[in-house]
Amino acid sequence: MQANALFFWIFAPILVASAFSVIFARNPVHSVLFLILSFVCAAGLFLLMGAEFLAMILVVVYVGAVAVLFLFIVMLLDVDFARLRQGFVHYLPQGLLIALVVAIELIYVVSGLGPSHRAAAAATPVSAISNTAALGEVLYTRYFYFFQAAGMILLTAMIGAIVLTLHHKPGVRRQDIGAQVGRPDSVELRKVPSRAGI
Amino acid sequence: MGIDLTHYLTLAAIVFTIGVAGIILNHKNIIIILMSIELILLSVNINLVAFSSFSGDLTGQAFALFILTVAAAEAAIGLAILVAYYRNRGSIAVEDINSLKG
Repeated sequence: MQANALFFWIFAPILVASAFSVIFARNPVHSVLFLILSFVCAAGLFLLMGAEFLAMILVVVYVGAVAVLFLFIVMLLDVDFARLRQGFVHYLPQGLLIALVVAIELIYVVSGLGPSHRAAAAATPVSAISNTAALGEVLYTRYFYFFQAAGMILLTAMIGAIVLTLHHKPGVRRQDIGAQVGRPDSVELRKVPSRAGI
Repeated sequence: MGIDLTHYLTLAAIVFTIGVAGIILNHKNIIIILMSIELILLSVNINLVAFSSFSGDLTGQAFALFILTVAAAEAAIGLAILVAYYRNRGSIAVEDINSLKG
């Protein structure tokens, strides 16, 4: 239990600090790198809570795919980021005010949880099967249709992203097999005499 | 001092707040806005996993997985729209995206 607390107090401040750095960093590349750091810290917290599968998925999907996609886009687009930061200081008081109000409300709600919740917190059941197997048993039975729907969402996202970004440059000559084969009088069958050729 | 549910929920609340503040502060840079949305979804995931872990019910983790799926799809589509928009207009400043204004 002590080790649990120790690692929580290691991961949680790093998560908060890197989340701050994501929104305050001047360079968007640094923002993406801090986003990766916050995802890794969140994965560590998931491990502490016993959600091993989600922790690994977070590292693989978010750090490995989504954050690298962000990095790729930031480096691909040649954007004047200094211009995009104009008005940052101007909106700072309002932003911080709204953030403070939201934070106070949320923490007020959270701290109002009764002692029954905290008592239940200590009684985390120790299961014989691993977290991954247990999650699979829930996912493939009770939430099977949701699982299929998630697959459809991913397929839609994939097709959408391809359709949005694929574009053919005009002026590039490509092989059009349909037109090539469909040309009239271009394909015919000949009876070729042997050793004579056509 | 043990770590209980309140600690995780408070942490998620703080990260959520940072995400909301990031949207307000970086309201011109759509890439940072997308990253702030990822932070918000991460805080929601922390909430779900914390409730799931401390109540011994796997439903929260299953839904955290679905949120992860939707977040990945959202990031992919959002960045694809960004690339297509940049290719057409040469800018991704939010204030330049005003063609739909009547």
